[in-house]
Amino acid sequence: MSILLERDTKVIVQGITGKMARFHTADMIKYGTNVVGGVVPGKGGETVEGVPVYDTVAEAVAETGAEASLVFVPPPFAADSIMEAADAGIRYCVCITDGIPAQDMIRVKRYMYRYPKDKRMVLTGPNCAGTISPGKALLGIMPSHIYLPGNVGIVGRSGTLGYEAAAQLKERGIGVSTSVGIGGDPINGSSFRDILERFEQDDDTHVIAMIGEIGGPQEAEAADYIRDHVTKPVVAYVAGLTAPKGRTMGHAGAIISAFGESASEKVEILSAAGVTVAENPAVIGETIASVMA
Amino acid sequence: MDIHEYQAKEVLSNFGVACPDGALAYSPEQAAYRARELGGERWVVKAQIHAGGRGKAGGVKVCDSDREIEEACENMFGAKLVTHQTGPEGKGVYRVYVEAAVPIDREIYLGFVLDRTSQRVMIVASAEGGMEIEDISAEKPDSIVRATVEPAVGLQEFQCRQIAFKLGVDPSLTQQLVRTLQGCYRAFTELDATMVEINPLVVTGDNRILALDAKMTFDDNALFRHPHVAELRDKSQEDPRESRAADRGLNYVGLDGNIGCIVNGAGLAMATMDTIKLAGGEPANFLDIGGGATPERVAKAFRLVLSDKNVQAILVNIFAGINRCDWVAEGVVQALKEVEVDVPVIVRLAGTNVEAGQKILAQSGLPIIRAATLSEAADRAVGAWRNDLSQATRVRAVS
Repeated sequence: MSILLERDTKVIVQGITGKMARFHTADMIKYGTNVVGGVVPGKGGETVEGVPVYDTVAEAVAETGAEASLVFVPPPFAADSIMEAADAGIRYCVCITDGIPAQDMIRVKRYMYRYPKDKRMVLTGPNCAGTISPGKALLGIMPSHIYLPGNVGIVGRSGTLGYEAAAQLKERGIGVSTSVGIGGDPINGSSFRDILERFEQDDDTHVIAMIGEIGGPQEAEAADYIRDHVTKPVVAYVAGLTAPKGRTMGHAGAIISAFGESASEKVEILSAAGVTVAENPAVIGETIASVMA
Repeated sequence: MDIHEYQAKEVLSNFGVACPDGALAYSPEQAAYRARELGGERWVVKAQIHAGGRGKAGGVKVCDSDREIEEACENMFGAKLVTHQTGPEGKGVYRVYVEAAVPIDREIYLGFVLDRTSQRVMIVASAEGGMEIEDISAEKPDSIVRATVEPAVGLQEFQCRQIAFKLGVDPSLTQQLVRTLQGCYRAFTELDATMVEINPLVVTGDNRILALDAKMTFDDNALFRHPHVAELRDKSQEDPRESRAADRGLNYVGLDGNIGCIVNGAGLAMATMDTIKLAGGEPANFLDIGGGATPERVAKAFRLVLSDKNVQAILVNIFAGINRCDWVAEGVVQALKEVEVDVPVIVRLAGTNVEAGQKILAQSGLPIIRAATLSEAADRAVGAWRNDLSQATRVRAVS
């Protein structure tokens, strides 16, 4: 088993006719992801990368039985697309889009609570690289060749820093069960805690790697959860040791605005919860290898 | 995006938040004239900069005459105000706001923020107005009143009344406070703010509730749907390098060190800065050039990093995912041929087609210092900077 994404998960791509979306759809299909269609309002009936395009997510779900969706829609319309997926019965949605207004995401989160928990869509992102269960399926934009199948569950905010960690693991012959990007935005679909909970229950995940950064309460919240509920070893790295307070570091959510939001404070909080912290991004792979030994 | 106090007051007034009468001036004479227009006998002259803490830095003066106003303005205009929020370089004063002074009975702190824990808009209020919220949290945490707003229905009157009673505001003023809170909330949500702060909100001697100071920050990602808000941007208050970068679609934050960084991805950029620090150096900047490291973007990045005269070495760290390393390497080589770079350049490439990328760098004939790993790159960058730019590693590219 892996979390969120299996080999046979039926996937649609929202905004599939865009240049980036086409490129990554082709890449996902090549990797073996079960892409069954796409959605672009007004382009129903077309075919992109060999899969049919529908006008609405509801139609795509009815016709294909799609369970998961990848949102590639531009920022002004992305929140609406996520809500459309939630309403159509999509089970898992990854939103790649960077630049969605924060208040749109507040509305998305509120909207999703309309559905009872057993029917509520799981959202990861926005502003993330996606999710991959190596050897099974890719739902995102990551370079798939840097991930070996294996037993380390990765959850992180940053795309390229996540690649760095996966590449360091591959160098050591260590594989990944699932890697999940939760994105760099201040209001996101799933938190570290949400994903940790899934990794804790996943038999194929033996070690969890958590890649955090400055800003927001989610690393500290994860630390509480790890201390009380996680039995598997957790390794963490927190980026932004040298980031000044009050400045946004690229990601909209990467800003130190309260106590406990700096990298050193997060490192302290995570260490106190029993997490093995890699002090240096260059030793993330090494640190994971050391807890597996 | 931040705006000035006078702009925030204008915005909030349109949503029913009461503010003292005031007017903007661009010169001492105009300030005195504005004061006469406002009438009264006492005025407050306030330097307009994008930072708090102006009072202690001499940016707020109470004046009783034309002459005092002009004197206060002479000291403010053109000066760089240094407050705890500006950094050591300070912020330039090019506009002042003149307000009719009001008799103050009590001061309240009022803030609206995006609360990341509840993922909702949160109101933070305290009866200890006039102090910075950080100081209130440290010294009088019990005075802080909080309320989160259910986004589907908005801020309710009962929540406002609760805040009013907890702050101990006289019951005859409750309705005024409700109007102020609801006005701020509407401005926050309708204009996509990320922060509204009124500090202090005052109760005057004649029982009015007025916003004596006001700060607003807007969500950069939502400016596309608020062109009238985007127009309020004042570039004179921004770091010139950062506004130049923003205009070129690059994400740049200037720092005090001397090793320039060019990286793709925000997380990796922060991690690169951290590695430099751990290797004994100091990063000169944060710079995320985004996913597509095209030759044009790399060239722009080099120009931007070099515009900081403190930069004595440049570390390029690109993890090529979808882009291939050979393509990124060609971008770096092309950029170094276009831009005159007179400091050591350390390039670390990783990801797809890394061998081909390294080969292109090696065969370029340019004295690029190559590194295979992140820590090696940081060590070599710090080493190159410490060796005082030994000639062997110097890059002198032809323009």
